Amino acid sequence: MSLSDAEQLNEVVKPPSKLFKNLTAKIAAIPMILTALVIFIGCTIWTIYHSFTKSRLLPSPDKWVGLDNYERLWSENRWIVSIENLAIYGICSLILSLVIGFCLAALLDRKIRFENTIRTIILYPFALSFVVTGLVWQWILNPELGLQNVIRNLGFENFTFDPINNAEIVIFGILIAGIWQGSGFVMVLLLAGMRGIDEDIWKASRVEGIPTWKTYIFIVIPMMRPVFVTALVIISAGIIKVYDLVVAQTSGGPGIASEVPAKYVIDKMFQSQNLGLGFAASTMMLLSVLVVLIPWAYLEFGGKKNG
Amino acid sequence: MRILKTALAVTTALSFTTLANATDLEVTHWWTSGGEAAAVAEFAKAFDATGNKWVDGAIAGSGGTARPIIISRILGGDPMHATQLNHGRQAEELVEAGLMLDLTDVAEAGGWRDVVNPVRLLDGCTSDGKVYCVPVNIHSPQWLWLSHEAYKTAGIDVPSDWFQFVESAPKLTEAGIVPLAMGQQSWQTNLAFGAIMVAVGGTDLYLDVLTNKNAEAAASAEMTKVFEAYAAARLLSEGSNVQDWNQATNLVITGKAGGQIHGDWAQGEFQVANQVAGTDYTCLPGLGVNEIIATGGDAFYFPKQDDPEIEKAQKELAALMISKEVQVAFNLKKGSLPIRGDVDLSAANDCMKKGLAILAAGNVLPDGVNAFTADTQGQLDDLMVEFWNDTSITVEDAQSRYVGIIKDAD
Repeated sequence: MSLSDAEQLNEVVKPPSKLFKNLTAKIAAIPMILTALVIFIGCTIWTIYHSFTKSRLLPSPDKWVGLDNYERLWSENRWIVSIENLAIYGICSLILSLVIGFCLAALLDRKIRFENTIRTIILYPFALSFVVTGLVWQWILNPELGLQNVIRNLGFENFTFDPINNAEIVIFGILIAGIWQGSGFVMVLLLAGMRGIDEDIWKASRVEGIPTWKTYIFIVIPMMRPVFVTALVIISAGIIKVYDLVVAQTSGGPGIASEVPAKYVIDKMFQSQNLGLGFAASTMMLLSVLVVLIPWAYLEFGGKKNG
Repeated sequence: MRILKTALAVTTALSFTTLANATDLEVTHWWTSGGEAAAVAEFAKAFDATGNKWVDGAIAGSGGTARPIIISRILGGDPMHATQLNHGRQAEELVEAGLMLDLTDVAEAGGWRDVVNPVRLLDGCTSDGKVYCVPVNIHSPQWLWLSHEAYKTAGIDVPSDWFQFVESAPKLTEAGIVPLAMGQQSWQTNLAFGAIMVAVGGTDLYLDVLTNKNAEAAASAEMTKVFEAYAAARLLSEGSNVQDWNQATNLVITGKAGGQIHGDWAQGEFQVANQVAGTDYTCLPGLGVNEIIATGGDAFYFPKQDDPEIEKAQKELAALMISKEVQVAFNLKKGSLPIRGDVDLSAANDCMKKGLAILAAGNVLPDGVNAFTADTQGQLDDLMVEFWNDTSITVEDAQSRYVGIIKDAD
């Protein structure tokens, strides 16, 4: 009681400064703000700075070489292949995991029997690490042990399916494993979103005689926009940092056919002992994220102020 | 009964005293294949016998996987007490940054400069006149391993050099045998390139490119021949879809592949499989063309610690690793050559004896690991593994990229 009295008194004397409004909450947020500033922004700037130096095994800030590392980066075939692979993997995995995740979620949403059991089964791969996923799919796709062999034994002698040993399509072998692992999680996210849709909307659409699939596409999906954005961000983050899956499944092979940027960064930094080049590559990765993120953030947040 | 009691008391007391002096040393290495693990157990046994304790920190996956872990632990302030590394330029910066223990006093006490043969191995450990690592073995990458069983199946004689091997390849293919086993890891393809370079291009070319970093030599017509031979070799390995080198060696052991270009550490695998050199398999140093080997090898480094007790144990281990008995026991299991010229290796098998003879004759070359920085080595690895697996890359393309890498090498 006395506290609120004091507050009221205070308000009469002078309007409280905006800075001290919700002071406890702001104090509580200080550690997180510091973490963000020092670790995320500070380390990013440190990395970008060192990407312009000739740092080998140890960072050496005084050996400035300008854009040398970037020139070498873009002249290296392995980096170009990595970028192409990331683009193919990224686009396919984004579209497929959203489509598959949505279809599975819509099917489960139809109030089927044993929903819990089925949901658990589909979500299960997500509980496995990428390393395990990679190894499992390495065996499944191994032509002598796995799928190809099984189907050949069934009588289809000419059946060939060896993505892991074929440089042309190896990235799709990795894609299969990635989607198998990730689409269950997307399904659960989207299912949660669907459950948030008001039952009355379904009733209304039934009264209007709109078919179920149309209701999903034209009414439910637009209403689920926030959930889709969340799913999109989670999937994209997973795509950019894909590394362990590739290491476990193909270790970049055959040749350099399934290399990805994250693997390039790690290999150059620690295996080739060339920190400068690794930093340059990771700066390029950051840049590619920003190129996507900034226009999106502008549309998402900047647009509202005007509208 | 009383005797038993006294005996027990004495043993307890004894074990207590050893415990009091014992220091645990964590040793990291990447020796995990059958033959390698047996060899490293010899170190552990000898070290435990001194009353200290060897805490094994094996890291699976070859040097490419283990080195980053080892280096980041040292840089991150959590150094192990001793670690394997290839001597040469990999640890250059760590030594310069003062992160490694100076072993000069141990080296002088043991007279390392007089016993290590070839002395270049010790030079690889020396920086500013101070010794920072213990070379433990000599490995040479330029060997061709041939399976007698595979050639028996194909009904032809075992070839005696690389050129005969290439000629015999079609017969092997007819018999359903992969002529050349090759692991997919990039360093293995680069290793094969070095071996073919010595065999086809000759030692002058090899030295000019590796030691002088002569880009003109790398662009020469002789080098084109090397690339052509390498391009022909990549066609022979189709169908050997294995990752690790020991899986590739296993194809040779089981007769599923005709041969493998690999370092002499493959020897240990044949030994574990109870195969006998000369009757079950043949080894050809320098691919049978130039009887010459490059002397790389493994060495142990001792990251600096604050504790004088640990430092004492580290120096003890360093001296132990280079001692005669341990050198013999270790290298026999490992299939590598000892770094001392003065030990008796009458127990060595045919392949090791071939290597020892070459070593005694002084037909040695520097190894790529000593000549190039890890960065250049990584670029070469990338180029070779790409070229090996993608037959659409022409010899000219590959050579011009090779010349570019040699030109930029420092």
